[in-house]
Amino acid sequence: MPAPLHVAVLNGGSSLEREVSLTSGSRVTAALGDLGHHVTRLDVDARLVTRLVDLDVDVAFLALHGSTGEDGTIQSLLDLVGIPHTGPDALSSALAWDKPVAQGLYRRAGLAVPDHVVLSQAAFRDLGAAAAVTRVAEALGLPLVVKPAAGGSSLGLGFVEEVGALPAAIMGAFSFDDRVLIERHVTGTELAVTVFDGEPLPPVEISPRGAHYDFSARYTAGATEFHAPSRLPRDRNDAACETALAACAALGARDIVRVDMILEDDEHPTILEVDTGPGLTTTSLVPLAAQAAGVAFGDLCQRLLELALADPDDGAPTP
Amino acid sequence: MRLDTDPYLQHYADRVGGLSASAIRALFAVASRPEVVSFAGGMPFTAALDFDAVTDVVAQVLAEQGPTALQYGIGQGRPELREQLVEVMAHEGIPAHPDDLVVTAGGQQALELTATCFVDPGDIVLAEGPTYVGGLGALTSLQADVRHVPMDADGMQVDVLADRLDELAAQGRRAKYVYTIPNHQNPAGVSLSLPRRHRLVELAEQHDLVILEDNPYGLIDFEGEVRTSLRELAPERVVYVSTMSKTFAPGVRTGWVAAPAPIRDKLVLLREAADLCPAHFTQMVVERWLLTQPWTDQIETFRKTYRHRAEVMLDALAAHMPDGVTWNAPTGGLFVWVSVGAELDTADLLAKAIQQRVAYVPGDGFFADGSGRHHMRLNYSYPSPERIVEGIERLSALLVDERELARAVYGTASVPGDRDDPARATPDPA
Ligand SMILES: Nc1ncnc2c1ncn2[C@@H]1O[C@H](COP(=O)(O)OP(=O)(O)OP(=O)(O)O)[C@@H](O)[C@H]1O
Ligand SMILES: Cc1ncc(COP(=O)(O)O)c(C=O)c1O
Repeated sequence: MPAPLHVAVLNGGSSLEREVSLTSGSRVTAALGDLGHHVTRLDVDARLVTRLVDLDVDVAFLALHGSTGEDGTIQSLLDLVGIPHTGPDALSSALAWDKPVAQGLYRRAGLAVPDHVVLSQAAFRDLGAAAAVTRVAEALGLPLVVKPAAGGSSLGLGFVEEVGALPAAIMGAFSFDDRVLIERHVTGTELAVTVFDGEPLPPVEISPRGAHYDFSARYTAGATEFHAPSRLPRDRNDAACETALAACAALGARDIVRVDMILEDDEHPTILEVDTGPGLTTTSLVPLAAQAAGVAFGDLCQRLLELALADPDDGAPTP
Repeated sequence: MRLDTDPYLQHYADRVGGLSASAIRALFAVASRPEVVSFAGGMPFTAALDFDAVTDVVAQVLAEQGPTALQYGIGQGRPELREQLVEVMAHEGIPAHPDDLVVTAGGQQALELTATCFVDPGDIVLAEGPTYVGGLGALTSLQADVRHVPMDADGMQVDVLADRLDELAAQGRRAKYVYTIPNHQNPAGVSLSLPRRHRLVELAEQHDLVILEDNPYGLIDFEGEVRTSLRELAPERVVYVSTMSKTFAPGVRTGWVAAPAPIRDKLVLLREAADLCPAHFTQMVVERWLLTQPWTDQIETFRKTYRHRAEVMLDALAAHMPDGVTWNAPTGGLFVWVSVGAELDTADLLAKAIQQRVAYVPGDGFFADGSGRHHMRLNYSYPSPERIVEGIERLSALLVDERELARAVYGTASVPGDRDDPARATPDPA
């Protein structure tokens, strides 16, 4: 048994991914409890800072998804009050959360991302972007994938087959963010590579039984078939792992991230996004990758705590 | 290696395949946070109950009939309770005999039992469009083929129903039954006019059709108006369902069904297979409530409360909503049905609404065929009048802004038509 710690598992909150987060949080709470830690599970709200300080916890386990949990907000706050936390630091989180910015970083690092266009609400409201919408289809080709520029769980995701359907898909994504990311549709095998303590876990191949890896394909047990490592040849799995490590390095992300990619034509890794607060539910990819690597869920959580405690203190405000 | 997230997949029944996680349901997890004004529920305002009286009733049941109250009962439900429920029906002018009734765990169980009794996979059931989500759930989990009949301010358009029935007959097919909520319909908030009631019953005769009449809101008319029930017009054709959920409390899970004897017998057997018998304890609480308390006064309290809240909501809507957003003015029940215009999609919009601290139910939940995306249902029975005003202000600001955004995004492109959307036929301002 590891040395018992007082751990605050942070979950819930009012992000749109609240429910997924509560599911992750309940699983983490149980696993850490089984390891003998003193666990306090907190649904984050306006009393959070006071409660954390009063509880005098050793470390915070972040089981938060969506804004404030993944965009660097909570990480900065925990740094400020001097509580170590699991997962990447505030800056990496903020960079990864902003998909257009992150894609720029991956591209600069020589990695492939889908060709894309970013359009903000202001572009439409103030600059007449509607007149340029057909150009998006001309530039990127159909079909297109439309998504909010930030956020996860496939919320607000739209697949557009014809240009006439583009405005409605853009409206749908605007419900989740002020900017939409419109991407070329990449075909090939979808993989998620978890980078855990600097090492890649076996790439998980995602093959949804329905048409898309959407919300229901993600969170309905059995709705998606997974293979880890993927059924692709070994050198492809290796290439995926290298890409994942490079993406992780481009963000400067530590401890744990999940790199989502499509091997275009089953060959060329194309990065969709890097998740700095990956889901930990029973249908989530990180626990599946750990399982394939022979790492039990409890051990995964334990190691994340140890890494958090060993992380450099980001808290000291720079003068 | 292959990783199974559900090792039981090969074992499930076919009909379970459609049960899956939904993004909308996940968003409702946020809507239940206290900072969000939720118009999404369908909850009665149980705080308006006379709790001294309820406490007395519960204590008396335990003190005077404790061992019986905590014992099993019979599948059809306690005869003493059925006698009281007949009185409740009589209050609405609906004839019944205690033998006709089966007590159920809320109206919902009655809807589920009726569906189980009649529906094989692929069977056609006709229902109002929009219709009650729970009624749809009971049907779709049995793989019914639900076809909607549009509504207007006078309820289900029975002429369209007649056409549908003729079409089916021409194809050599038939509908297993017609599901209708004739009074203060959930979600459309309208009632079926008397001439249409007669016509509906006529059509049922003509096509040898069973009618499922679901009536939770008949007694929640703001003016106390009582409408002629379908059961009264055609007792041999109608499976009548009601509930104590809106006139007393949903927490007692007490509803009932009144049906012709052969159907009633099947329903009793089905219910015994499902859960043996209704909860004895709550049956006795309801029975004693009806026997010893001024239950009609309580209904009057609910009516007044809801009438006031509906007025507050309607005033706020009128004051703040942009042009092009329309709604009906309910005369009872718990809901306002709002049409937001063809350029907005209420399912898409929910995430933004919740971020702006207000929630509703998107219209497509009330259809089996994905229509209703330009409508939303608002509940006024549960939030306080102050919260209603606050919530409608937030919702209106959102819609003003979204319509502006939609105009900017669509530009000169055509808005995806809602010409085929049956919800379009639903009531506009009455
Ligand atoms: N450009 C693309 N081409 C093809 N498929 C795509 C593309 N972008 C996204 N997808 C599909 O949509 C899914 C969700 O997309 P994305 O990873 O952007 O969503 P997310 O909401 O950020 O997910 P997460 O919960 O992992 O954060 C992907 O898993 C993939 O199946
Ligand atoms: C039309 C309709 N039928 C049935 C029900 C079921 O209610 P209960 O099971 O609580 O009786 C409801 C509840 O909202 C309803 O609106």
